[in-house]
Amino acid sequence: MSEDTKETKNGKLKLGLYWAASCGGCDIAIVELREKILDLDAAADILFWPVAMDFKYKDVRAMPDGHMDVVLFNGAIRTSENEEFARLLRQKTKVLVAFGSCAHEGCIPGLGNLFDRQSIFERVYLTSESVDNPNGYLPQTTYQLPEGETHIPKFYNTVKTLDQVTEVDYYVPGCPPQAPQIWAVIEAILGGNLPPKGSVVGANQKTVCDECKHKREEKHIKKFYRPHEIIPDSTKCLFDQGIICSGPATRGGCGALCPSVDMPCRGCYGPPPGVIDQGAALLSAVASVVDADTEEEAARIIGEIVDPIGTFYRFGLPKSLLHRVKLEIGD
Amino acid sequence: MSANFEPRIVGFLCNWCTYTASDTAGVSRMEQPPNVDIIRVMCTGRVDPVFVLKAFAEGADGVIVSGCHPPGDCHYNNGNYKTFRRMPLLQALLAQYGLEEGRFHWGWISGAEAPQWAQLVRDFTEQVRDLGPLNWKRQIESKE
Repeated sequence: MSEDTKETKNGKLKLGLYWAASCGGCDIAIVELREKILDLDAAADILFWPVAMDFKYKDVRAMPDGHMDVVLFNGAIRTSENEEFARLLRQKTKVLVAFGSCAHEGCIPGLGNLFDRQSIFERVYLTSESVDNPNGYLPQTTYQLPEGETHIPKFYNTVKTLDQVTEVDYYVPGCPPQAPQIWAVIEAILGGNLPPKGSVVGANQKTVCDECKHKREEKHIKKFYRPHEIIPDSTKCLFDQGIICSGPATRGGCGALCPSVDMPCRGCYGPPPGVIDQGAALLSAVASVVDADTEEEAARIIGEIVDPIGTFYRFGLPKSLLHRVKLEIGD
Repeated sequence: MSANFEPRIVGFLCNWCTYTASDTAGVSRMEQPPNVDIIRVMCTGRVDPVFVLKAFAEGADGVIVSGCHPPGDCHYNNGNYKTFRRMPLLQALLAQYGLEEGRFHWGWISGAEAPQWAQLVRDFTEQVRDLGPLNWKRQIESKE
């Protein structure tokens, strides 16, 4: 193709960006590069970015295999369309990057793994207070209309991460990844300074606590508070004050943004190096600082923690060891 | 569910108490089913919740964590304090994951309580057998 030759000649990086099950925040994070986006444009040709420009799926299908250099893929795998595109883009790019928490570890859409397709459909299309659906219509993957048969993607029971459906070269964590970190990753790509395949890039090797300014002391927790139940002391560690903070079990790289405004870290950068299950690590850290000398007292203090999965796996349920809650037999 | 289902149970036992009890139970030829795969740890305070999750994720039908009676039995003074702070939270987490309560047991059996260990193995094995295979891998590998 003549266009292909031209691109090769100008030596620009061929970049693609895609969103699957995501909120769009990762794409906004790219725009948050601000004037640097012009540098990005100078260094790279964007061949595919549905959220920002008009591309068609057939354009991607028409590309030769390995045509793009890098694809930044944000969003989790919720539907058959997400999975189809994950596989297609894997085929069409040399380097596939799981960009942002959803592609990396499932993120907020991954909390859908507390439910299954049927219960989600019932809530969304039938029982939700704002829904008027007297005939009980539910989405069908195929439907016969006078004009012909229509198809929509299948909604899966389980939200998956990108690397659970295809091979991933690099991970950029964060909900969303922070702009300076994104730029560092882009520079590494342009300069060819990428670490070994499978690495987490655009983040640090230590935990969020390492970047947090709050003063830490020995922890003795008699009572846990949810953020709305307490006005914390801005100088002291939030966890010391009984607010569950994911900092100790979360990879740094964000600059401890949330704790800096007295909100506890919620864990979006995923587990630090060496930790295979972020929620288990956090659970372990939280429970071990409970100041209880009898089983009854421990049970009482621990019992104040509502929604353990939502607290410990807020961003990583699909990537956790168990992936999801138990499905009914026969599903 | 197969009629001749044999549950696979993983037991994390502390070296100083429950492991000693299980050893004595074995040496004394106390009757117990062979369904518990014992992993000896130095202290139940060393049992990371991830061990239990990994056991279930990789095919265990039940898990036991057992160590020294609090307050005074712990070889390390307060390792079992860590256990009774962590395990109830892990139990609540497992319940939210949809695991039946009967698949996870944590508690205390001292080195002198070999008959209690044999009894626990018999009771727990039957309890898990009644619950049937967990087969968590199958749902992890599910295409949808």
